[in-house]
Formats: sequence, structure tokens, C-alpha cells
Amino acid sequence: MGVELERPATGRVPAPGTQPDPDFFKSLSDEVGNKGFLVTSTEELFQWARTGSLWWMTFGLACCAVEMIHVNMPRYDMERFGAAPRASPRQSDVMIVAGTLCNKMAPALRKVYDQMSEPKYVISMGSCANGGGYYHYSYSVVRGCDRVVPVDIYVPGCPPTAEALLYGVMQLQRKIRRIGTVER
Amino acid sequence: MGHNAPAVVNPEGIADELRALVGADLIALVEAHDEITLIVARESIERVMVKLRDEAAYQQLMEIAGVDYLDRAERFEVVYHLLSVTRNHRVRVKVSTDEATPVPSVTAIWPVAGWLEREVYDMYGVIFSGNEDLRRILTDYGFSGYPQRKDFPLTGYVELRYSEEDKRVVYEPVKLAQDFRNFDFMSPWEGAQYVLPGDEKASENASEKKA
Repeated sequence: MGVELERPATGRVPAPGTQPDPDFFKSLSDEVGNKGFLVTSTEELFQWARTGSLWWMTFGLACCAVEMIHVNMPRYDMERFGAAPRASPRQSDVMIVAGTLCNKMAPALRKVYDQMSEPKYVISMGSCANGGGYYHYSYSVVRGCDRVVPVDIYVPGCPPTAEALLYGVMQLQRKIRRIGTVER
Repeated sequence: MGHNAPAVVNPEGIADELRALVGADLIALVEAHDEITLIVARESIERVMVKLRDEAAYQQLMEIAGVDYLDRAERFEVVYHLLSVTRNHRVRVKVSTDEATPVPSVTAIWPVAGWLEREVYDMYGVIFSGNEDLRRILTDYGFSGYPQRKDFPLTGYVELRYSEEDKRVVYEPVKLAQDFRNFDFMSPWEGAQYVLPGDEKASENASEKKA
């Protein structure tokens, strides 16, 4: 994550199933206790804030939405990563396009995307959103949601499993960290 | 039983009852797969439906479907599916029409027919006279053409993308990035339903071994 302090060189790895390294947290709290502040770069701070709070716009269009629900349910629990479902584009950072994007829906999708506040990201989930998928040759389906909105992460599958979507969200976090600029 | 659908038991003498009920409006009554289809004259559809509802107890209209038979003079068929909850029985009623001839609406008999007729209109371009709200229901706003017609191309005529210049979604003529898939049915990987070249020797060898 963004804030990284030097770990005390104990060389001791906690046994599986035990608490995370207590010495690390002790040193962290000691530093805050002694100085009253932590020092980091703005880049890392912004990245930490962005990756740690990926509130996502629910855009469930078809069966992929069911997997999108799974990933928020207790088994995979995406809120561990700070990703909370939002029903309003004004409050969300990432839009997960989950399902077949029809021609009739495309202007609405774009409108929702335009309403999202910067910085904003898009995850395209499933074959239909990636490139039309099963409906590629259909008269009523957009051949990939990247024709309408810029896409950051493509999650393949029909539908992708909940793990795959979770992995996609983690890839997005990695991408945000790698970009490393304040501007998007 | 010719098929694996749930068993249907037609009430005793239903065909004769329906024949007598519909009378001169009936063009044909087809019994196939334990299901009954009435083919009736287009102009009389409202009268027939009222009779079926009030006298034969087919209270509910489940569905209106359209069919396009490209080689017929009256190319469209409109298919009504009726259910009698009291008799636990279903019948199918068909009328035929073409692009220009309207079919009398049954919205006065079953209000649900409004949306069902809109769907048939949207997909086939069949006109229903008496439907007060005959608009498109499923396809895109400003869509032209009738996608379920046999002469409508699969990919349609327009596709859409977001235009960065216009700052809106624009429609353009279809330009396929990838051609239609051409299935090679001679390929053994596509599940060949014939003896593959060379395989005929396998059976010869087997019979030789037996001998």
C-alpha cells in the first residue's frame, strides 16, 4: 500500500493463522506517538486514497450482474478492499459495466459515465461488454462498451467468476498505483 | 405422445366443440402433438376471441407471437395463445396477414394485448387496427426496419459509438471488424456426422479380424 515504513529487521515470519506482524504496528504507533505525524509522498498518499476507496457504480445489464453481486456478498466481500456499491454516479469512482450493452442503453451509459466525478475508471466485465460477445453480430448490441466509454480493465469470461472480477478490481488498483500521477 | 413436453390431456370432444363454436369463421382446425390450433379468418378474429372467452371459457390471453413465412402471399402469421384456467387447457389461434393489411386488435377483449401487439408490430411490422397505442416497444429510439423479418440482415443497418468531436453517441453504417464465422462442417473438430476419410478402413479391419 501507499504508506510503507521500514519494518524492524526481526526476520521472524508469523505462523499461519496468527496476527499480522505486531512489531510493525508497534513501530507505526510508536512513530505516530513520538512525532504525531507520518511522512509520505503526495503521490503515494493519493494512490493510497484512490486504491483504498474504489466506490463502484452498479451498472448491471445482464447475467454478469449476478456475479457482480456475488463478489459483494460475504464469501468474496469486496468491501475488504474499500469497494462499496453506490447507486449514484456522483459518488462513485469506478463503473463496472456488467453485461450486454444494447444500442438503446448506450446513451444512458455514457451519460452516467459523464456524471461520475474524476478520477473515474471503468471495468468492462464479461464477453458482451468486452466486444459484443455472443451478440457481436446483433443489430441491437454495441460491439464492446469501449466504443462508448474508455475502459481501463477488461475482465474476460461469460460470465466471469466472482474471483475473476475481484482480480480485475485488484488489477485496477495496481494500475492506479502504477500510473503514479496526481492527474488522471 | 410425440414429444417430451408435459402431458396434455385434451378435454373430451374439444375439437368438435370448437368447430361448432367458431362456425363459418374457421378456416382449419389442426390437431398436432396433442395441441389444438384454430386457423381463422383475419376479419373475424375479434368475434372468435369473444366466443372463445365467453362461451368456451378460455379466459386468458397468454401471448401473441408473430411468424414470417417469406414465400407466402400473406407472409405474416399472428399467433394467439389462450389459456383456460377452469378447464386446464390451452388453444392456439392463428390469423395471417401481409405488410399492409391490418389485423383487428383484441385490446378491447384483453387489455394485455396492447403491449403484446406492440411487440409484434415492432418486430414484424404487422399493423393492428384498433390498438390506440401502436408504438415500438423494444427496439432503439428512432429505429427503422423490423428486425424479426426474414429479409432483415442480422447485423442491421446502423451501429453506434461515442464521438469525441460531437460529445455524444452517434450512429454510423455497420462496419464489421470481424467477418461472419464460416463454419467448416467437413472439419472433424466441428463434430462431423459422416465417416471421416480413412475411417472406413477401421470397420474393414475390424471385420477382417473377426473373420
